[in-house]
Formats: sequence, C-alpha cells, structure tokens
Amino acid sequence: MSVVLMQHALFLAMVLFALGTIGVLMRRNLIVMLMSVEIMLNAAGLAFIAAGSRWGQADGQVMFILILALAAAEVAVGLALILRLYQRLGTLDADAADKMRG
Amino acid sequence: MLSLLAFIPAFPLLGFAILFVTAGLLPKRWITTIGVGSVGISAFLALIVMFAFLGAPQPYTKVVWTWIAVSSFTPHIGFYLDALSGLMMLVITFVSFLIHLYSAEFMSTDEGYNRYFAYMNLFVASMLVLVLADNLLFLYLGWEGVGLCSYLLIGFWYRDPANGLAARKAFIVTRVGDTAMAIGLFVLLTNLGTLDIQPLMQQAVVHWPVGSALPIAAAALLLGGALGKSAQLPLQTWLPDAMAGPTPVSALIHAATMVTAGVYLIARTHVLYDLAPPVQTAVAVIGALTLLLAGFSALNQTDLKRILAYSTISQIGYMFLALGVGAWSAAIFHFMTHAFFKALLFLSAGVVVQHLGEEHDIFRMGGLRQRLPLAFWSFLIGSISLAALPLIDAGFYSKDLILWEAWSDGALGPWLWAAGLFGALLTAIYIFRAVFVVFFGPVRLEPTGLTGWRIAIPLVVLSILALTGGFVEIPSYLGNVPAFSGLMRSALPGPRVAAAGSSLEIMLSVIAAVVAILGVCIAYIAFRRRPAFLEALVRSPSSLALQHFWETDWGFDWLYDRTLVRPFLWIARIDQGDVIDRFYSGLASLSRATYRQLSETETGRVRRYAAGITAGSIVLIAILVFA
Repeated sequence: MSVVLMQHALFLAMVLFALGTIGVLMRRNLIVMLMSVEIMLNAAGLAFIAAGSRWGQADGQVMFILILALAAAEVAVGLALILRLYQRLGTLDADAADKMRG
Repeated sequence: MLSLLAFIPAFPLLGFAILFVTAGLLPKRWITTIGVGSVGISAFLALIVMFAFLGAPQPYTKVVWTWIAVSSFTPHIGFYLDALSGLMMLVITFVSFLIHLYSAEFMSTDEGYNRYFAYMNLFVASMLVLVLADNLLFLYLGWEGVGLCSYLLIGFWYRDPANGLAARKAFIVTRVGDTAMAIGLFVLLTNLGTLDIQPLMQQAVVHWPVGSALPIAAAALLLGGALGKSAQLPLQTWLPDAMAGPTPVSALIHAATMVTAGVYLIARTHVLYDLAPPVQTAVAVIGALTLLLAGFSALNQTDLKRILAYSTISQIGYMFLALGVGAWSAAIFHFMTHAFFKALLFLSAGVVVQHLGEEHDIFRMGGLRQRLPLAFWSFLIGSISLAALPLIDAGFYSKDLILWEAWSDGALGPWLWAAGLFGALLTAIYIFRAVFVVFFGPVRLEPTGLTGWRIAIPLVVLSILALTGGFVEIPSYLGNVPAFSGLMRSALPGPRVAAAGSSLEIMLSVIAAVVAILGVCIAYIAFRRRPAFLEALVRSPSSLALQHFWETDWGFDWLYDRTLVRPFLWIARIDQGDVIDRFYSGLASLSRATYRQLSETETGRVRRYAAGITAGSIVLIAILVFA
C-alpha cells in the first residue's frame, strides 16, 4: 500500500472515530451510544489494518482480530446492562440513570 | 537459679496479657487460675531466687536485651538483684499473692472479674519492674505502669462518676511528682551520661562534691517523684480519695505496691542523698510533718477505709523520716512490717465492709467482735502491730529502730524523735478508736454472709507475719538478732551512729512503748469507757471547727482547689475560642467549601463523564504531540 493510500485510510479512520465520539457524547439513546462506541472501535481497527498493510506486518491484522473479539464481548455485556436499565427505568435515556449524582 | 530473676515480673505480665486478650471469654475458673496463679508462680520463683541469693549475697545483674541504642545511651531491659531489691521483690510478690487469693473470693460476684485480675496482674508486674530495674529509665517504665494501674483500679467501678474523679485525681496529682522525676532523670543523664543505677551512683560520687548544686537538684527532683507516689506532703491529697476502688486494691496500693515506690526510689539512689545533705534533711522533715498531719486527720475520719488511708500516709511518713536520717535499712524494715500489717488491716476491713453491705461509717458499726471473730482478731493484730505495742508484734521493732536512729541524728534528731513519738501516740489512739467503735459496744448493723477459705487463709498468714515479721531484727538489749540489717548492709550503708545497746536506747524504747500503751488507754477511755466525756469535749464550736479542719486533711484540697483547679478552669473557660483554634476551624470550613464545589461535578450522567475522559485524552495527546 502506498503512502498516499495509507494517509487516506488514516483520514477515514479519524473521521469515523470523531463521528463515533460525537455520537457517544451527543446522543442520549443508550443503543445509539453503544453503536457509536462500535464505530470508534472500528475506526481504531481500520487504523491498525492500514498501518499493518503499509509496513507489511501481520501485527495490524492480529490487533484487528483482537478488537473484533473485544467488541463482541463488549456488546454482550453492554446490551445486557441496557436491558436491565430499561427494565428498571422504563426508558433508554442515558441521562435518566443519574442516581450516582454527588 | 538466679537467672530465673527475669521470669518473676514476666509471669504477672503474661497473666495480664492472657486475661486482657481473652476479655472475659474464658470460664471463670480459668480466670481465677490465671490471675491468682501467675502471681503465685512469681512469688514461688522469688522465694527460690532469694534462697539462691542468700547463699552468696552478691549483687546480680540479668540483662535480657537492649531496649534502646542511641550512640552511648543504651538502656537495657535488665534486672538487678541485691538485698534491697530482693527483699522488696519478695514482700511484693508474697503479699500480692495473698491479696490476689483474697480477691478471688471478694470479687467473685463482680461483673468486672476478668478486668479486675487483668489490672491487678499488670499492677504487680509494673511494681516488680520498678524494684528490679537495673537502670532508671526501665524503673521509670514500671513507675508509670504503677501509676496507670492505680488509675484503672481506683476507677474500677467506673459507673459512679465520683470514682472516676478519684481516679483522675490520683493520676494527676502523682503526675506532678512524675514530671519532677522525669526532669531529674534528664539532669542525671546529661551530667553523668548514663542511667544504669550502679555506674550512675559510682559516677556521682566521683564527679560531684558533697553539697554541690547538681546533686542537690537531682536529689530534690527525684524526691518530687517520690513525694507524689508515696503520698507525702504536699502531694498526699490523692490517697484518701483512692479508697474509691475495691478494698483489695487499697490493700495492694497501700501495702505492697505504689506508695512504697517512693521509699524504694530514695533508698535505691541513696548515694545522691548522701551527696545532698539539705535534701536529705528535707526528706526527714517532710516525713515528720506528714506523719503528724496524717495522724490528726486519721483521728477524725468516720470512714473505716479512710482511717486506714491516713494511717498509710502517716506510716510512709515514718519511712521518709528514717530515710532522711540515713536509717536506710530501718526504712526498708518498716516497709516490710508495714506491708504485712497494712495488708492485714485492709483485708479485714474489707471483710467487715462487705458483710455489712458496703457500710463504711464506723459509727454505724459496733459489736462485731462475736459476729465476725476472724475479722476481729486479724484487725486487732493488725492494729497492735500498727500501734507498735511493745515486744509482741512486728511494728514495734521497726518503729523502735526508726525512732532510735532519728534521735541519734545530730541537732535536729530529738525534734524528729519527738514528732515520731507523738505520731506513735496518735497512731495508737486512732487505730484503737476504730477497734473499739467497730468491734465493741452494741450491735448496730447485723452482718450477713459467710467467709470462705480464700479470704481466711490470707488473713491468718498475714496475722502471723504481722506478729512475727519483726523478729528478724531485734535490738541488742533484747536478744540481739541483727539478721535484717546484716543483710541490708550489703546494699545500703549502715546507720551513721553505732547503735550500741546503751541505757539511752533502752530508755527511749521504754518511753515509746509506754506512749503506745498510753494511746490505747486513751482510746479505751474515750471511746469505750466514757464516751460522754468525749462528747462534752468535742461539742464546743471551736473544737468542731478544728475537727472539720483535720477531717478535711488540713484544708489541702480546699487550697489546691482555690489556687490551682479554679484558676485553670477559669482560664480554660475564657480561652475557649482561642486564636490557634480559629486557624484549624478555618482549615476545616475551607475544605468543606471545596468539597461542595467539587461535588457539583458529580452529575451522575455518563455522557458528562465520557466528555471529561475525551477532553482529558485530547489534552494529554496534545501535550505529547506538541511538547
């Protein structure tokens, strides 16, 4: 992969990461927030793939597989938590779960 | 055999540790076994060690380990055995064992049974450390331990605030003396470079001429400590109030431990007092004054235990008098006989008080001679010994020795002798006043309950000792048994005058004996034969005022209350919101305000936290990239 192509790929990863971050911070729906986190993870994975391809190293792909596994586990736990929150609060609004206010 | 020395204080300490850690979870049988047994073992060991020591009376030092090592200052956990400390050790362990045995029955229904034995064991351990320590710092540890235990035991029945007050008073008043003693130790350490007693004494003789300022200062400061612990003028006010504790505790404080610590300290550091003649004279004068003042106070008490308390102050006054005239072994001899008869008096008084349902007022008692024969006979024997009736009891031999050596002490001697003699008259009157009022006449309160063997045995053993304990030292004109002074000579210098069996000595003895008998007769006439005569005498207002003055300890409590306690409380009251406090409360309110501000950021909203993390990450990355 050429240098230019990698720069494009990294730029895309950055945009995706920023979108994901904005999604987490701005949206109140828990499902959307979880999806935004997934987007951020995929952005990081894309950056690894691009870098691994640029220098011809397998490490990038290894890290991506790790991120996939991580994301799967995270979604399992996250969805379970969201389900419990929904049962308890009757809404998916993240701001409604503020019992820990100081 | 001598190497067992270190185990003697260790056993009561172990007993304390076990009882303290288990905190009453053990069965009562075990508590008794541990509490009494630990002191019993240590009394047995003391006996073995003393037998071994008497075979070859050489001073013996047993260093267990080094306590602190700071350059040349290395006080040890070390024990020193010579005739003086050995005798003290033997009397302390033996009398304490009898008192513990007595307590096993006396306190058996008390809910604080375990706590009681834990404190008592610690008390004995501290006192043994005090007398056996080979350096003054270790001695000071025992000294403070004794003070602590007296506080804990005087306030043993802590639910009554008055008892707590008495305990605090004992602690604070002795603390005045302890502070003086601590300063005295600093004076000795900075000037002579060591606190190990034997090297210290040798150094003092080498470096300090007789009558120079430093030994006078050191001896006076140590004397301050001794006055506090031994309840001598002007720090005697705590001892009568110390009666708030259980009666066996009073017996322990008065007979075997605590109050004799001051006598021991002065005898132990007698070299300093030889170097400071003015201080030694002060010791004698304080002793003489104290024995007179306390004698008058004892004469006017109505509380049985307070009579005995003032008699202790008075008898310790005799010991100080003896120390002050250089009659070292006579003082220790009187300590021994006093330990026997005072323990006996307190323990039999305890029986009386307990059988009458905690009644302390002697004028509400009467006719107990037939009702409580054991208590009567032991109290009578103790009183005979205390009043030093001639020939048949221990107290006579020790008091006689003190009076003779006081007479022989230079120009001041006859005055001191006269004070001691008048004190002996007072002693005989006040103690036989108690005997006649409590045990004779009509029965006013009917005693209840039975006396068990654990109370009977200590009373019988102490009665025998109070009668025969004096036969180890009999003056030359009566048979000449100098066993005690012979033993003490290996540790303490002999009397300054050769006490030959002169006709003068015999004459003084006869006078003392006559005075003691006269005292008993006066008590008999005034309180048994002709109470009406006394009634008429004491009814006049001036006499009532004088009685009140004597009863309240010559106004010392009033004086201290006005000059020390009230001004202190006044200053404390006007200084409640002082400047330093402002600073600290300001600090507190500042942190409270900051806390309020910071807790605002805890919104509980996960998006805010995520934003915080993001912002922090961006800042960190920015620093890494651009720095």
